[in-house]
Amino acid sequence: MDTADASSNLKKIQVERFKPESDPDETYFTEETGIWSWLTTVDHKKIGIMYLASITFFFFIGGLMALLVRTELWTPAKTFIEANTYNQLFTLHGAIMIFLFLVPSVPAALGNFILPMQLGAKDVAFPRLNLLSYYLYLAGAGIAVFAILNGGIDTGWTFYTPYSSSTGGAVTTMTFGVFVIGFSSILTGVNFITTIHKMRAPGLTWDKLPLFCWGLYATSIIQILATPVLAITLALVAMERILGIGIFDPALGGDPVLYQHFFWFYSHPAVYIMIVPGFGVVSEIITTFSRKHIFGYWAIALSSLAIAFIGFLVWGHHMFVSGQASLASMVFSFLTFLVGIPTGIKMFNWTATLYKGSIDLKSPLWYIFGFFFLFLVGGLTGIVLGSIALDVHLHDTYYVVAHFHFVMVGGMVMAFLAGLHYWWPKITGKMYNETMANIACATIFIGFNVTFLPQFVMGSQGMPRRYFNYIEQFQPFHQISTIGSYILGLGFVMVFYYLVKSIFRGEKAPANPWGSRALEWQVASPPPLHNFHHTPVIVNGPYDYHKPMDEFQLGLADSGNGHGHESDVELKTDGNTVEAE
Amino acid sequence: MDWLNDLFLPPAKSTLAHQTDTLFWFVHLSSLALTVGLIAVIIYFVYKYRRQSEDEVTPLITHNNKLEVTWSVIPLVLVLIVFGWGYQVFMNQQVVPDDAYEVTVNAQKWIWQFQYENGARSTGKLHVPADRPVKLVMSSNDVIHSFYVPAFRLKQDVVPGRYTEMWFNVPEPGKSIIYCTEYCGTGHSDMLGEVIVHEQSEFEDWLAENSGGGSKPEDLAPAEWGEQLTQEYACQTCHSIDGSQMTGPTWKGKFGSQQQLANGNSVEVNENYIRESILEPNAKIVEGYPAVMNTYQGQLNDEQINAIIEYIKTLK
Repeated sequence: MDTADASSNLKKIQVERFKPESDPDETYFTEETGIWSWLTTVDHKKIGIMYLASITFFFFIGGLMALLVRTELWTPAKTFIEANTYNQLFTLHGAIMIFLFLVPSVPAALGNFILPMQLGAKDVAFPRLNLLSYYLYLAGAGIAVFAILNGGIDTGWTFYTPYSSSTGGAVTTMTFGVFVIGFSSILTGVNFITTIHKMRAPGLTWDKLPLFCWGLYATSIIQILATPVLAITLALVAMERILGIGIFDPALGGDPVLYQHFFWFYSHPAVYIMIVPGFGVVSEIITTFSRKHIFGYWAIALSSLAIAFIGFLVWGHHMFVSGQASLASMVFSFLTFLVGIPTGIKMFNWTATLYKGSIDLKSPLWYIFGFFFLFLVGGLTGIVLGSIALDVHLHDTYYVVAHFHFVMVGGMVMAFLAGLHYWWPKITGKMYNETMANIACATIFIGFNVTFLPQFVMGSQGMPRRYFNYIEQFQPFHQISTIGSYILGLGFVMVFYYLVKSIFRGEKAPANPWGSRALEWQVASPPPLHNFHHTPVIVNGPYDYHKPMDEFQLGLADSGNGHGHESDVELKTDGNTVEAE
Repeated sequence: MDWLNDLFLPPAKSTLAHQTDTLFWFVHLSSLALTVGLIAVIIYFVYKYRRQSEDEVTPLITHNNKLEVTWSVIPLVLVLIVFGWGYQVFMNQQVVPDDAYEVTVNAQKWIWQFQYENGARSTGKLHVPADRPVKLVMSSNDVIHSFYVPAFRLKQDVVPGRYTEMWFNVPEPGKSIIYCTEYCGTGHSDMLGEVIVHEQSEFEDWLAENSGGGSKPEDLAPAEWGEQLTQEYACQTCHSIDGSQMTGPTWKGKFGSQQQLANGNSVEVNENYIRESILEPNAKIVEGYPAVMNTYQGQLNDEQINAIIEYIKTLK
């Protein structure tokens, strides 16, 4: 081991290369075993997996409800269920997919697993708080399920007053469940921000932070700032229902439009809670599979933050026809267009990253290209809806339904699946069947477009959303859409099948099957309990594909606990020694 | 292009509808060009730069400020055009001409009611004169509804406790569908209506015929008038007359029967019970049905209620 000559303002750090074990004896699965070790674990990886299992469960429940809704729409009026049941189904589909699946999907499941490893940390900053967030999520989900079984709700996931203050069913219980889940979301946000600030490995300066971490950072800011407003709003709805205090219900002297302001003040930023972490996943996968430095690192990193901040100021675009002032509509419309720009910048930068790359079309990249097309359509139809005059026509029609499914499913679910396929070998230590993954990706892509493209046409023609009955003119569109939803459902079941199968029958995954430079790939698959046996030292950016692999596997030569090292120092290396400035 | 327009958009019947449509196509076609362009570039890159060997080294290209500025500014200019254009059309939709003919709109679960200057009323069908600006002053009796006429490209929420407005001018006589587009419960998707545009003289005739409100009882038997009233007030959105299951109990064979109530009691369906159910729907709730009906106090007078009772008696 060599030591660099230290000048007066340089600090010597002795490093050596730590090659990841190819066939680890000890992994986070084997070091602590038994159901109790899972339930009481403070390991971010196990908590991530428990989140993953929970959100998968709720995704299929929500998906089943979507299929029932689509099947009911096969004919006008009643096909096989009553109007009231139908109203409950679409409400629960929305509420479950948003609060129990989309919001925690990438941050709480994939983020929990990957974030500390990308930072070179042994865990998140507050491991016990992390476990508490999971149990709060579970408690909230439990309360929501209880509400569904005890009366259900039929308000739509938006809980608009005064309908929600006056309708029957378990609205109060359901809002309480969402209230509890909100705290889970806030705590995860606090945890991630602290972790990113304080737990970075030596040399991991802000300009070397992986873009997935930037995405989670922006998301966490929104979670902390926006979620309390939802909690307050839902608490007010509960007070109105239980105590009869007039806040939103005009019969009690309240203002129903005020509710919409409160609700969208959370729920619009929440859209970015759902999509911004997905952007992070895209950046990771694009670079890995094109083996190329990201184009416009700062443009992508800062555009996430820009989206997070401007995203707070656009909520009124959900209310162009609510009766709010024309001036307010104008301002909200203007800001809405501004928030579109950073999103566009990302798309262009990702495309430019492919230029002169070495592109390997593996399944995670296929999912990303699925994301590209679907999110592009979702984003551009968002521009249509942001234009006030067009929104007056299209608001609350199937056009809006198609638009947000393109963003949420086409964007976020595709990014989530891409991330899941990308990190699956790291998480489980197993490889899935690549052919099946490609077939499933194609099935989902086709199924999705068959389901939602006709909805744009229907919506432009005037078909309102949340309709149990419809005029006959729309039947062909509804039927195509329903067939598409079955194809889409089949695609998701295929993914579930081959991923679960790979756990039992899959080939063993190498430490770094994709040849990525990112830090989480420089440890064994699956990783050891505390991620790193050494303290990683970062000298290159996560996308420096022009540098040799061994420069990405450096760690402190003296065994340390990973704490007490400055991460905000610039490190330079000549291969096996590092200079700190 | 016409077939494409007809596939995507309903017929444009109001004077302003074409303004919305032009913008609609401008945004969609430029979006389409952008999508096709970007996807083509991606496909080209994926093919051109596909991985040839595992040892490939890629060049270091970190950023390019000129490109970043270009692809930020051009979209910014484009969206600002869409913004300004959209706002301008919206303002045209908002500013009501001074000579507009005013109709009051009242929404409640799950009917639209319209009231005219001379006291004429109609339910479900909005009668307006052609080629003249019409202004609607709208409010709701219960939850939020939304008044949407796709053929006019217009939509406005109808909110309890305040008034919202909308205006349009339809040059040609004809009919256009009205939807409720703010979710309002069980009968939301049946809360439909129709705008009937008459020639000016025809409209004046209709108005004169219906002055004072309600139908003309002189040449109708009470039960016939009752039937007409139940259609006008869209009672059959919830109450069937053929025994089929809907949101509310069917009327078939109802009169004279014993009605099981949600509180365990039962009651004989007679004139008093029906009258009470119209004026105070929540006083006695039929077992197995939700308490969702609104009062018709102030909307139906005694004579009209009597006629409806006579009609229900005929549904054996």
